[in-house]
This record gives sequence, structure tokens and C-alpha cells, in this order.
Amino acid sequence: MRLYIKYFSVHIKSQMQYKTSFFFTTTGQFLVAFATFLSIHFLFDRFDSVGGFYYEEVLICFSVMIMAFSISELIGRGFDRFPMLLGNGGFDRALVRPRNVVFQVLASQVEFSRLGRFVQAVAILVYALPRSGIDWTWDKILTLTLMITCGSVLFFGLFVLYAAFSFFTIEGLEFMNILTDGGREHGRLPFSVYGEGVLKFLTYVVPLALIQYYPLLYLVGREESILYALTPVLALAFLLPCWGFFRFGLRHYKSTGS
Amino acid sequence: MITLQGINKTFRIAKRQAGFSRAFRALFSHEYETVHALKDVTFSIRPGEMVGYIGPNGAGKSTTIKIMCGVLTPDGGECQINGRTPWRERVAHVREIGVVFGQRSQLWWDVPVIDSFELIRDIYKTDAKVYKRNLCELTELLDLSETIKTPARTLSLGQRMRCEIAASLLHDPKILFLDEPTIGLDAVSKLAVRQFIKRLNAERGTTVLLTTHDMQDIEALTERIILIGKGQILLDGSLSELKERAPEGANDEEMVAALYREYEI
Repeated sequence: MRLYIKYFSVHIKSQMQYKTSFFFTTTGQFLVAFATFLSIHFLFDRFDSVGGFYYEEVLICFSVMIMAFSISELIGRGFDRFPMLLGNGGFDRALVRPRNVVFQVLASQVEFSRLGRFVQAVAILVYALPRSGIDWTWDKILTLTLMITCGSVLFFGLFVLYAAFSFFTIEGLEFMNILTDGGREHGRLPFSVYGEGVLKFLTYVVPLALIQYYPLLYLVGREESILYALTPVLALAFLLPCWGFFRFGLRHYKSTGS
Repeated sequence: MITLQGINKTFRIAKRQAGFSRAFRALFSHEYETVHALKDVTFSIRPGEMVGYIGPNGAGKSTTIKIMCGVLTPDGGECQINGRTPWRERVAHVREIGVVFGQRSQLWWDVPVIDSFELIRDIYKTDAKVYKRNLCELTELLDLSETIKTPARTLSLGQRMRCEIAASLLHDPKILFLDEPTIGLDAVSKLAVRQFIKRLNAERGTTVLLTTHDMQDIEALTERIILIGKGQILLDGSLSELKERAPEGANDEEMVAALYREYEI
């Protein structure tokens, strides 16, 4: 952990070298997220509800997704940029240093410009919480916390999966963005809106719905069973195959290299 | 002590052919070609020895170094370095070696070099006293006291290479692998680097294995050379032995070229 802080301070120093770039990227990130927010706002200007969900409920949903995504991006950016690390030999360097490889990948990238998105997420959450009409009892607070934390872990798992793929191929990884960036963008609406097929896919294959749709039902009081509140925990299991695949890719790398 | 015994390494490379339609077909089916990067590579290096590892581009020099660093796992063969197999005990192994990849930087680009050094110290958990001693010594010998205060991206290649070498030695490695340490350097920097390596080997007894295309590096530094071509060790001996095989009056470059021709590599 101490070492991570050291890496962290090097990253801060690096990024402070490019103040203008930092400023614009952060602002840009903020504006993109804000545009998404506006799109929801205008949508509900015309319609009372989408797929049976009201404005306030969707806002909660949106802010949770964006919050989860931004946290995992802040921490796991190294995996997101992993193909680059492989390409420029940075990964070979990581292998000749006496530290855990995964740790080094994690520490290789920390982007503070992603704070723009995080700030946005906090702002929307603060805006949405009192307006949601939810009675914030401890179980609801727990549900929300689970959605955010398990959501971050799930997105992190997707980043790891993405990195694992890049051991095998350099091109054609864009399809992973459907799950990461796509998951974030489409996650602003409860996944049931996209039809049963999508919902099933996002429940059983890439369990994004487990951190979004099901706990949301509990949160807004449509489902009473506490099981719905605990579904995010199930999503954590997704990390295992991602992790396994990454280990597999690492072994593959060590026996092929470049 | 470094020993390599019968190291083999093959890569499977996807064949790609020119032309759009073929590129399109490659989307669905790949033809693979097996390339023997290393075939039965065997040699050993005693502690404190300084060895030049030469061969044409693509001969397998970097692959050998990557195997010795624990980055790659060979298909077959044994490798023991300080009593360890690099790819099986990577972390313990790399703690005792230093590596310079001449074409790649290990410094953090945007921060002063000294910050990179300090981070490397923490990565290797180098003892504070050892670090301080090494830092003083290295900055003095490599003439870096001013250089390390500036960010790596602003350095000239010669300054950067000296910083790279210093960075690889902060944790007191017993073995130093140098992969083309003098590539692209001007005369002054080359001489400084050579002089330093020589001194390091003499004073600290650091084992050095260096790859290079510059025969003057070899001339200045190493008694022993290992020649590799198409993945096979072709010659392992002293520089004078090498010279005997070369035509009369040939300079170093011509000598190596003649040697490459002789072995058809």
C-alpha cells in the first residue's frame, strides 16, 4: 500500500506537468457525463416513465452506474490501458521487477482526469437521493452501498478481462467496450428497458443487471425480498473467471512473448 | 553463476500475406509458422565474468536475455542463475539482477529522474544506506548530479542511457544484463558508458552480459564472446580466437561480417 502511494505521487507529479491537458480532459469528462444526464432529463420531460420507471428512480440508477464505473476506472485504469503496456515493453519491465505483476499493472496508470466523471457521479447522487422518495432506512443504504462497491468490482473485472484478451490479440478488442463503456452508458436506464433477451444476458453472462436492475427494484420498493438487495454480491463471482483468464493469458505471454 | 543447458524456444507466428483479399481471409483462418528462436542454447558464465553476446538482428539475443530475466519461459532446457530457475522463482531472481533494455526506458517520463530512482528503491525495497551509497557513487561516476534533477523526457539519449544504467544498479545486483546499451549514443557517451561498465566489473565484480552490434564495445570490454546466429550458439571463445578466423587485415566490422558469412547467418 505504501508503494502504491509512492506510485500515486509520481503520477500526480507527472500529470501536473500538463496542467492544461489535465484541466480540459477533466472538464471534458464532466461534460460528457453531464450530456448523458441532460438526455435523461429531456427524456422524462416528454414521458412520465420509461419501462415503468420514473425520473427519480432512473436518476438513482444512472448515478450508481456512473459512480461504480468511475471508481473502477480510477483504480483499474492500468488494465484498461494494458494493451499499450504490452506494446511498449512496459510489461517486460514489470516482469523484471521484484513485485507482484498485477500490482504493477494497477499502479502503472492513475488518471486524475477521470475525477471529472466521479465528481459528476457524486453530484447526481446527492441530487437524486433526497428526491427519490425512498425512505433511507439502513437496508436501503446497504443496498445502495452494495450496488456501488460491487458495481466497481464488476467493471474492474471487465477491465481485467479486456487486458486478458490483449495477451492474445492486439486488434479487435473494441467489442469489449460494448460491455464497459456501453454498460455505463446504457446502464443509465434500468436494463429491463432493453427487453428480456438483454436482461437475461446481463443477468447470467455479464452480470451487470445484478448490480443495477435487481437491487434497484428493492431500493424503490417494488420488491420486498431482501434477496434482491443482495444480488450485487453475486456479481462478485464474475471476477473469478476474469481473473483466471488473466492468469491464463499471463502464462501464455511468458511462453510466447514478443 | 549462470548456466544454460539446452534451451529451446519456438514462437508461433501467424503468417500474413499481402493483399486485401488475403488479409480478409486471415480474419477467419490463420496459418501459423513455427520459428525456432533458440535451438539447444548452452553456455555458462562464471561470477565476475564479462561476456559479449553478439549476432545479427533476429538471431535470438534478446530472447535469450528475456529467458534469463524470467520474462519468458523456454520450451525446453535448464537455466540456473544464482541457483534459481528464473521463470520459476521470478521475484527472488529479479531482485539480484539488473537489466537495461537499450531501446526502452524504465524511467518515468515526466518526473525528475531522481523521483524515478526513489520509486525504484521502494520497488526493490533497497536498504536506505545501500541506496544512498549507490546513488552517490553512481551519480559521481556517471556524472549525473545535475541530470537527475530534470525529467527523463528532456534528457538527451546519452544522458538518459547513463540514467538507465544507474537505475538498474541501485539495488546492488550481482548480475547485469545490458541489451544494446550503446545504441545510438555519441562518442563521448559511448566512452563514458564503456568506462563505467569496465569499472563496475572490476571494482564490484558484477557479472556482465552485454549484447551489442558495436564491435568496439566488445573490443573495449570483453575477453569472451558468444556468437549466436539463427538461434544457435556458433562460437564461444575469446576475441583473439575470433580474430584468427577472420581474413588478414580486416577491421572489426568486416571480421564480424565475414564470420556471419562463414556461418551463413
